[in-house]
Amino acid sequence: MNTALIRLEHVAVTLAGQNVLENIQLSVNPGEIVTLIGPNGAGKTTLVRSVLGLLKPTSGSVWRRPKLRVGYMPQKLHVDATLPLSVLRFLRLVPGVDRARALAALNEVGAEKVIDSPLQGISGGEMQRVLLARALLREPELLVLDEPVQGVDVAGQAELYSLITRLRDRHGCGVLMVSHDLHLVMSTTDQVVCLNRHVCCSGHPEQVSNDPAFVELFGKKSAQSLAVYHHHHDHAHDLHGAVVDDTPAPTTFTPVKPHVHGDGCKHG
Amino acid sequence: MADFLLYALLAGLALALVAGPLGSFVVWRRMAYFGDTLSHAALLGVAMGFLLDISPAIAVTVGCLLLAVLLVTLQQRQPLASDTLLGILAPSTLSLGLVVLSFMHDVRIDLMGYLFGDLLAISPTDLAWILGGSAAVMALIVVLWRPLLAITVHEELATVEGLPVPALRMTLMLLIAVVIAVAMKIVGVLLITSLLIIPAAAAQRHARSPEQMAFGASLIGVAAVCAGLALSWFKDTPAGPSIVVSAAALFLLSFLLPKR
Repeated sequence: MNTALIRLEHVAVTLAGQNVLENIQLSVNPGEIVTLIGPNGAGKTTLVRSVLGLLKPTSGSVWRRPKLRVGYMPQKLHVDATLPLSVLRFLRLVPGVDRARALAALNEVGAEKVIDSPLQGISGGEMQRVLLARALLREPELLVLDEPVQGVDVAGQAELYSLITRLRDRHGCGVLMVSHDLHLVMSTTDQVVCLNRHVCCSGHPEQVSNDPAFVELFGKKSAQSLAVYHHHHDHAHDLHGAVVDDTPAPTTFTPVKPHVHGDGCKHG
Repeated sequence: MADFLLYALLAGLALALVAGPLGSFVVWRRMAYFGDTLSHAALLGVAMGFLLDISPAIAVTVGCLLLAVLLVTLQQRQPLASDTLLGILAPSTLSLGLVVLSFMHDVRIDLMGYLFGDLLAISPTDLAWILGGSAAVMALIVVLWRPLLAITVHEELATVEGLPVPALRMTLMLLIAVVIAVAMKIVGVLLITSLLIIPAAAAQRHARSPEQMAFGASLIGVAAVCAGLALSWFKDTPAGPSIVVSAAALFLLSFLLPKR
C-alpha cells in the first residue's frame, strides 16, 4: 500500500559540515494536514526544501508520487522595487491563468480587492493570501506552506489557519506546513511533527477549543480553530541539538492519543 | 541621406529596441555590474581576435560568452561576493586587452573607437552582424519572456513550478553577452551598459507592468539614438557619447513628467 503523496525515508542533510537533519521519516497523504513545528535552527525549512526538491539530501530518499503537482508558498517574497508588477500579473506568471481564474483564486483566499494593486504595495497579510492564491492556481495535489502566517497578527493567524483547512477540504490536497510556534497549531491538523534535527515525536494535536483561556484570548470562533499541542519531552537538547540523556523523566507525561517517537529519542 | 548615416541609424535602432527588454532585466535583477564586466572584457576579445587572426566581431562574441560562463561558474564555486569578483575581473580583462594590443606593433587600431564606439564607421558587414544578433536576441526574449520574468520574481518558486532555472539564468547572461558584443561597435566598451540601463531606468517610473517598462525602454532608446545621431551630424560630436548623453537627458526629463 502506497497512497502517500510524498515519503521521506532516513533523510539526512549535512550543510557546511553541520548535521542539519538526521534520520527523518515523513509522509503526507492526500487530504492530510501535517504541521512541522520546532525551534529556530531545527531544520524545518531545510526539510521543506528537501521535500520540494530544492535541496538534495546527503543520504536517504525522497519519494514523490510521479507527476505530483505541488503548490508552494514561500516564507517571503521580495520583488525588486523597480519591477512594476501587479498582483494580477504576478498570478498570471502561472501558465494558463487569465483574469477570471486569478480573481476566482483571490476570492477563495479573500484577497480579491488587491487584484490590481502593485505587489510591493500590499500588506503582509494580503501578501500571504496572494501567495496562497498563486499556490492554488497550480491546482496542487500537495500544498507546501513555509510559515504561512508569518508577519500576520494573532487574530489574522487563526483566520489564515482556518482558511488553509477550508482549502484542504475543498481541494482535497495534502498540506505540509511549517510553524515555528509550539502553541499555535490548528485543531484540524492531522499530524504534528516536532522537529529538532531529528523527529522528536509526531502525532495528533490535542484539541483545546474549550479552554477558557483561549476563548477569552481569541474569541470563541477563533479559539475553536486554535489548539495547544500538549506533549512533554522526556529528553532535552543541548545547544547543538544533540539529545541529552541524563534528563530526569517528567511525571506529567500523559499522551492523549498515541504518538510516534523518532529514532533519535531514547524513550518510549 | 548618406549611406554611413543610414547604416548608423539602422544599427542604433536595432540595438535600442533589443536593449529595452534586456536592460529591464538588468535593472530588475541588479546585473548592471555584470554587464559592465562583460563589456570591459570585450576589449580583450578584440585583442585576441587580432592575435588569432579572426574577425573581431566573432572574437568579441565568443569572448563575452566564455566570460559569462566563467562568471556564473566562479560565483557558484568560491566565497567572494559577486561585486568583488566582478570588480576584479572588469579592470583585469580591460587591462589585459590593452597590454596584449600593445605587443602587436604591426597592428594599428583605433583604440578610441573600441572604447567609445565608432558608429559612423559601420560597414555593411558590421550592420549585418548587429541586425542579425539583435533579431536573434529579441526572438529569444519574446519566447522566454514569461519564464524569465518568473525566475526574476522568485527563483525557488519557479523551480518548484518546474522551470529549468539554472538554464534560464545562464540564457539571460548569454543574451546580455551577445548584445554587448554587438553593441561594442556602436557605443564602445565603456558606454555599453549605459544603453542597457538608462532607458530602462527612465521607463521604470511610468510603467505599470513589466511589458510597459520593456516597451517604454525600447522607445526611449530609439529616441536617444535619433537625438544622439542628430547631435553628432549637425554639431560634429562623437556619435556614441552623444547617444548616451541624449539617453541621460531623457532620464532626467522622465522626472519632470508626473508619475502615473
